[in-house]
Amino acid sequence: MSYVILIIALPFAAFVINGLLSGKIPHRFAGWLATGAIGVAAVLAWLTAYSYFFQSTSFEKIIPFQITWLSFTETLQIDMGILLDPISVMMLVVITTVSLMVFLYSLGYMQGEKGFVRYYAFLSLFSFSMLGLVVATNLFQLYMFWELVGVSSDLLIGYYYDKPEAVAAAKKAFIVTRFADFGFLVGILLLSYYTGTFDFAAITDPNHTAFTTMTGSLFLGLSVLTWALMLIFMGGAGKSAMFPLHIWLPDAMEGPTPVSALIHAATMVVAGVFLVARMFPVFSFHAPEALDAVAFIGVFTLLFAAIIACTQTDIKRILAFSTMSQIGYMMLALGVSDYGDQGLGFTASMFHLFTHAFFKALLFLGAGSIIHAIHSNDIREMGNLRKHQPVTHIVFLIACLAIAGIPPFAGFFSKDEILAATLNSSPVYFAIATFTAGLTAFYMFRLYFLVFWNRETVYEYKPHESSFIMLVPMIVLAVGSAVAGFIPFGKFVSSDSQPLHIEMNQTVAILSIVVAATGILIAWALYKKESPLSEKIASTLNGLYRVALKKFYIDELYVFITKKIIFNLISKPIAWFDRHVIDALMDFTATATNKVSAEIKGLQSGQLQHYAYIFLSGVVLIVLIMIFNYT
Amino acid sequence: MMEHVPISHVLIVTSAMFFIGVYGFLTRRNLVTMLIGVELMLNAVNINFVIFDRYLYPDQISGHFFALFIIAIAAAEAAVAIAIFINLYRNIRSIDVEEVDKMKY
Repeated sequence: MSYVILIIALPFAAFVINGLLSGKIPHRFAGWLATGAIGVAAVLAWLTAYSYFFQSTSFEKIIPFQITWLSFTETLQIDMGILLDPISVMMLVVITTVSLMVFLYSLGYMQGEKGFVRYYAFLSLFSFSMLGLVVATNLFQLYMFWELVGVSSDLLIGYYYDKPEAVAAAKKAFIVTRFADFGFLVGILLLSYYTGTFDFAAITDPNHTAFTTMTGSLFLGLSVLTWALMLIFMGGAGKSAMFPLHIWLPDAMEGPTPVSALIHAATMVVAGVFLVARMFPVFSFHAPEALDAVAFIGVFTLLFAAIIACTQTDIKRILAFSTMSQIGYMMLALGVSDYGDQGLGFTASMFHLFTHAFFKALLFLGAGSIIHAIHSNDIREMGNLRKHQPVTHIVFLIACLAIAGIPPFAGFFSKDEILAATLNSSPVYFAIATFTAGLTAFYMFRLYFLVFWNRETVYEYKPHESSFIMLVPMIVLAVGSAVAGFIPFGKFVSSDSQPLHIEMNQTVAILSIVVAATGILIAWALYKKESPLSEKIASTLNGLYRVALKKFYIDELYVFITKKIIFNLISKPIAWFDRHVIDALMDFTATATNKVSAEIKGLQSGQLQHYAYIFLSGVVLIVLIMIFNYT
Repeated sequence: MMEHVPISHVLIVTSAMFFIGVYGFLTRRNLVTMLIGVELMLNAVNINFVIFDRYLYPDQISGHFFALFIIAIAAAEAAVAIAIFINLYRNIRSIDVEEVDKMKY
């Protein structure tokens, strides 16, 4: 399995070559170089998955490659390596496949852009860091690649750096996730301080002894371990855009659409889910309170984001809120899961991560195809596009059906497992999740009908179907979205690496289909044809509608807290102190030196005899002192 | 014959020479006159070396060597100083020490 290192090395090589030679090599070459590298990586990832899942009987953790990177002392050393276990192998497959599709798609979508080579360099950097993240053998390596992912996301959001909104969005994404990563870092330090190791193999061992001391000491009623895990989850929540750290994700849509598909839908934003899944044994055995927090944040976010998504009019922002909502589902499933036989939620979460990557990437690529054709993000300016873009229409419909949870498309199976897992543990969460499944169907089909049906829109330029190179990845992903649900996921991925037998819960399945169908029907009634009905409903629900349209004023709240409270009450006094006390001290020494030198500079007159006179006076003085001292 | 001259007499002469030199160095404006003052001081010191050598260590002649050494140095120094004066005069048409005050704050 030593070829696994190549999966990570190839995108890095593409990044280095494209990054160093940017401006010296033709666009076409740079694009195909990066695409070729990720293509080979994808083939190798599938090979790895094949030999891992089908050629061995038990799914142990294997480490095919490891080096000691920093060795501080005998006991404290930081390794770099590759850890293969079911979830990391699955993530390798997802990341390389979606990356390959996005790389191919970008060849068409980004054609003729000024920073084409730079774009592919950053995209390769992102793929490299995301792959390094999922195969990390220890928390520290994961944290490093976590930050690399963050910075490549920031670079790509700000790709159109001459657009002020894009720059602001990149800054916002970076600051918010960095703020969350601060919690993550503190969590890592706490955890490794008590366990004495960074290694996942040791940390996730259920019988690890250090945890007993950690669960023993209490702080504010919760054990230190719980706090550490909560802080680690804070990092995950920032990356995965969980409430209340979600504000960066809608703005991140300022980046190029394929970037949104890859980073802000399919791979990077699920890193938080991956993190919780990676640490799952610790959560499950030693800190159930932290897991409850994960479930609560998940369920809150999924409902919250779905409500906002119903009112937005920017196609990419709708998809962004839908991503938040779906990641909420994954978090919820992890939060309600148990270890071992009762680990349905864990498997369901990973399954949903897998299927979501396909259909959400497809939705974004479809959105990109539409935006490319009509040069606008606003769904109010779209309509009847099915006549102009037949292929995009079909694949978009498949993705919508998949996310709405209509069988036999992928989303149905994974969402159904999540709902079943939730029902086992908490009826309230189940009710919210099921209701949101209906909302999901509603807002996705609202988008679908408004874009592809509804009224006849007069376009400035006649919209055209996208080029072949953009359609191929969409079709591949559409096939994936259609059939990925049939994979018997429990056989491969489970919390304790033992095959988990999953039976479909009939009642839940029928209920979820009915709810989803209701959502679709409502959307059909309201948006299939141009009708004043939707406006009317919006005006009867005036308060809620307006609040949801403004995203529940969370952004305003953040601005209020930062600008009004933190800036005024903390930053300004500190700035005053800095300027009037610290700076003043420095200024005082400078001014004093200046004054004194101005006073005494007259001594250096340039008059030779003047100097000689002073010199002689000094000599006489010294002689007098010596004489009177010696007698 | 030297035995008849007490050391205090010689010291009075050299002290007078030295302070005349100092006075000349401090009060004269003309650089050449100042140089003469310097030479006076040097020669006062030379005489002191010789006379102390004679009285304190009559068997040795190290004081004489000091005196010879200083005469050689003084000759070189006078040559350099006069070279400087000539250049100065070519540049500012003056060897007044008060006009040579460029090196100040």
